[in-house]
Amino acid sequence: MAWRDSRRNRSRLALFISSIILGIAALVATFSFSYNLQRDVNDQAKTMVGADLVVEASGAVSPQIQPLLDSVGRDRSKERSFASMIYFVRSKSTRLIQVRALEGNYPYYGSLETTPAAAARTFRTGRYALVDKTLMLQYGAKVGDSVRIGTLGFAISGTLNKAPGRNEISLTVAPPVYIPLRYLAESGLLQKGSRVSTQYYYKMDSLTSAEQVLTAIEPRLQKAGLEYETVETRKKRTGRSFDDFSQFLTLIGFIALLLGSIGVASAIHIYIREKIGPIAILRCLGVKAWQAFVIYLIQILGIGLVGSVAGAALGTLIQQLLPLVLKDFLPFQATVSLSWKAVFQGVLLGLTISMLFALLPLVSVRKISPLNTLRLSYEATSMLGDPLKWLLYILLLSSILAFSGWQMHSLTKALVFTGSVLLALGLLAAAARTMMWLTRKFFPFSWNYLLRQGFANLYRPNNQTVVLIITIGLGVAFIGTLYFVQDMLISRLSVTASGNQANMILFDIQSSQVDGLAGLTQKSGLPVLQKVPIVTMRIEEINGKKAGYGQREKGDSVPNRAFESELRVTYRDSLSATEKIISGRLHGPVRSPADTVFISMEEGYARRLHVKTGDRIVFNVQGLLLPTVIGSLRQVSWRQVGTNFRVTFPGGVLESAPQFYVLITRVESSEESARFQQSVIARFPNVSIIDMRLVLSVLDDILSKIGFVIRFMAGFSIVTGLVVLIASVLISKYQRMQESVLLRTLGASRRQILAINALEYFFLGSLAAATGLLLAIGASWALAKYSFDSPLSVSVIPVIILFLSIVLVTMTIGLLNSREVLSQTPLEILRKEV
Amino acid sequence: MDTILQVSNLGKTYLGAGRTLTVLSGISFSVEAGTTLAVVGPSGSGKTTLLGLCAGLDRSSSGSVELNHILLDALSEDERARVRNLYVGFIFQNFQLLNTLTALENVMVPLELRGEKNIRARALDLLGQVGLSARVHHYPAQLSGGEQQRVSLARAFSTSPKILFADEPTGNLDAETSEMVTGLLFDLNRRAGTTLVIVTHNRELAERTDRIIGLKGGVIISDTPGGAAS
Ligand SMILES: Nc1ncnc2c1ncn2[C@@H]1O[C@H](COP(=O)(O)OP(=O)(O)O)[C@@H](O)[C@H]1O
Ligand SMILES: [Mg+2]
Repeated sequence: MAWRDSRRNRSRLALFISSIILGIAALVATFSFSYNLQRDVNDQAKTMVGADLVVEASGAVSPQIQPLLDSVGRDRSKERSFASMIYFVRSKSTRLIQVRALEGNYPYYGSLETTPAAAARTFRTGRYALVDKTLMLQYGAKVGDSVRIGTLGFAISGTLNKAPGRNEISLTVAPPVYIPLRYLAESGLLQKGSRVSTQYYYKMDSLTSAEQVLTAIEPRLQKAGLEYETVETRKKRTGRSFDDFSQFLTLIGFIALLLGSIGVASAIHIYIREKIGPIAILRCLGVKAWQAFVIYLIQILGIGLVGSVAGAALGTLIQQLLPLVLKDFLPFQATVSLSWKAVFQGVLLGLTISMLFALLPLVSVRKISPLNTLRLSYEATSMLGDPLKWLLYILLLSSILAFSGWQMHSLTKALVFTGSVLLALGLLAAAARTMMWLTRKFFPFSWNYLLRQGFANLYRPNNQTVVLIITIGLGVAFIGTLYFVQDMLISRLSVTASGNQANMILFDIQSSQVDGLAGLTQKSGLPVLQKVPIVTMRIEEINGKKAGYGQREKGDSVPNRAFESELRVTYRDSLSATEKIISGRLHGPVRSPADTVFISMEEGYARRLHVKTGDRIVFNVQGLLLPTVIGSLRQVSWRQVGTNFRVTFPGGVLESAPQFYVLITRVESSEESARFQQSVIARFPNVSIIDMRLVLSVLDDILSKIGFVIRFMAGFSIVTGLVVLIASVLISKYQRMQESVLLRTLGASRRQILAINALEYFFLGSLAAATGLLLAIGASWALAKYSFDSPLSVSVIPVIILFLSIVLVTMTIGLLNSREVLSQTPLEILRKEV
Repeated sequence: MDTILQVSNLGKTYLGAGRTLTVLSGISFSVEAGTTLAVVGPSGSGKTTLLGLCAGLDRSSSGSVELNHILLDALSEDERARVRNLYVGFIFQNFQLLNTLTALENVMVPLELRGEKNIRARALDLLGQVGLSARVHHYPAQLSGGEQQRVSLARAFSTSPKILFADEPTGNLDAETSEMVTGLLFDLNRRAGTTLVIVTHNRELAERTDRIIGLKGGVIISDTPGGAAS
């Protein structure tokens, strides 16, 4: 019965359901992607770590722990890594790299992939270097060429294609170069204050697991401030970092599904309205109310299933693309395969959500009485008071809640998400209505009848205008927000590329070199914009509390990571141009060793440590304990390249501590940059140089890649909106035909009718785009103000382009579909039955 | 007297699945300006088809229609629309109002299509004449059938057409409302001096015209003076 009844409407029903295809596709794609990812991580974690256990020290290792580090495992390797400059002899060029001085047989799992392959082993036998492939390309270097690192020359024994577990992006600023560890001392690169980190790689014998060893030594490693990783912890960590990302994509996909489902609900609402007559006749013929309901339920369920399966198929296809886009971010080989789990989940989710939405209008079928054959009033039968409807609303909300809770593993987050979705939809609906009201009120319609008629068409009975504005508008809002935020971040970064801003940073400068280097800089015609001493230290105690999990008491508010990281601190008695005291005051230089040392702390850092002015902090300055009191909190604008510090000391305390300097200057061109870098390296081989313009282009690249993925997903909501638009245009085709036939009868020319139709879509597209853009600007403004602490400047041209493209697409879809409407002969008007 | 509508040997055939269906054949008559005419006949006799051809809503299979001395058959779709807009008014059985526009706006549509300005006063005046001054800003959905038909009367007369075609104007109305709408129709018509062609199977209504043409099986079977003939 249901099948028979659907015969004439099957294609139309299929059209309604097509709105959910994209949402399901997006979900299946991200589900599959993250399941495959999990599997890849599990499969490849071992080769990503390259050893059973890795211990990392970001600085000098204390003598107490050294014997332990030298005794763990059956085999061990050691790697010291730090930033330095490389000099390519043949091309006479220099570049910042990450030196990795390696000793031992690491990696134990996987390999250093090199060309020629043998180089991965042979470079350890002499003064050889493995040079990252991007560097080889960039400087046209060949195997056998000479390079200089520090004061030592090395022969390139191979091109490094891939090292275990490092993703590409983090290495773009400083690409890796491997050398044997034994030459490090000779190179003159290791001077006091250099930021060297040491990795100890261990291979266990087959009987003991890394976890067992770790359990035994973990407390001592923690106490020594060392970080450590096993294959298991790496699995978790990698999984977690991609979890956030795929969670984000999933939620975006889910929103596309919600939008599509709203479209479905709205279309079915109209469908049922048109079906009141036939249903009432069925009722007259003795069909029971629930039977009528079931007839339509089965129809919609069947087609919903078809839609979901189609979506899942599309999603599986799209999934093939994600790894291509994301491969630069992945520290492992991403594989693509069909995930039945993802397909099943996607179909189930799509079916549940869309059916719940579809049921909302559908339950009214039960209320259609045989009396409706005589009287078509539907308003009287559709009641909000229907308890079944309320049940559906509750079911809907709880399934959104359940889904987001499942995705985000937190009820609070799920509540926030569900609340935000409701709020966003409510806001969009309100915005849509307001925009329509404003247009109606202030648009100069009196100018032209066609304008007025085009706009009035948006209000035709059974119109889906608000639903369309919401679906298309939300997509525009997404894309707009992403674009604005990305634009803001980039423009914030690229301030450095213009004006008189600093754009080159020289670091690892020894105290003895600083005057010579400043002189060289000035002789090269470059300004010395800043010259700052830096002392590295660690926090030992905060208000009497030390690091260590054992000592953590309940209610203890100091986060443990405060003690883990190394702090780089400077000393001075004044503020820089980008700083402002917001609490306490800056204390002058310390005159006698008995005086209290008042430090100044950046406010955000203080917030993270849960400290305020007057709190006591003991620093460990390379073995020496130094008690201090927080004298002031500073607000720092991070919007300029420069040396900004979380903690600054007053003068008179750190002058004799081991320290290095940072010097900041500005170069005008790449040639100038290259020439200056060469002359610096020639005289000061241990100094490292970062050209910020290079960093900027890398960041730009990263942002645009991430942005692409997000835009790709956000595109789903826009396209979903457009599919809803197509469905709605087709649904209202009959009405449109009648309208245009009437106008034709009254003497309208083809051109006039075309104009009215075009204007209708123009208004629809403009309202949707404007609503979306307004929301986007609002959201970006809020993000800029509260998350990035930066003013929002919306560039006009992209806004106009986005607006026009949405309007254009809307008009194209609308007009393509109304060709048939325009070609109707006016005679139809006389034949039309009521 | 001037001939406003000249129908000569008009025929209409539909090409259905495999066979042809002749709906009208050999219809000839002419209508003098300012007179009223009723076309009566049983359902399916071709009345609506004839009206559609006379008003230039459809193309004939044979013969010709001359409206206000313009040969309709030679015109393009857009040119015929222009002719309708300039000289023809319509009233339909099912009212045919644009439900996205208010009563007032509906009345203004034909004039707007002409591109005329300052038409509000004229539309308001017409709505007053049909007794709807209080309902000008209501949408069709907010009006009863009789009221909607009165709006469509006002619309039909808004352009001061030379000829008015009405297809079963009271077909969807109850007796009492029919009476009122018919009264208004003839009233407005007399005042404007418009030529009126009514298609109806309502004898009473037909009797109020100058002339009644009887149609059956697509041919004219009678052509008699109506009750209003002097
Ligand atoms: N498009 C069409 N194709 C085929 N036959 C048609 C078409 N339109 C009308 N007819 C036929 O023409 C005949 C006359 O119709 P119509 O003019 O509407 O009659 P009336 O208005 O007198 O009731 C009917 O038999 C109808 O079936
Ligand atoms: Mg008829």
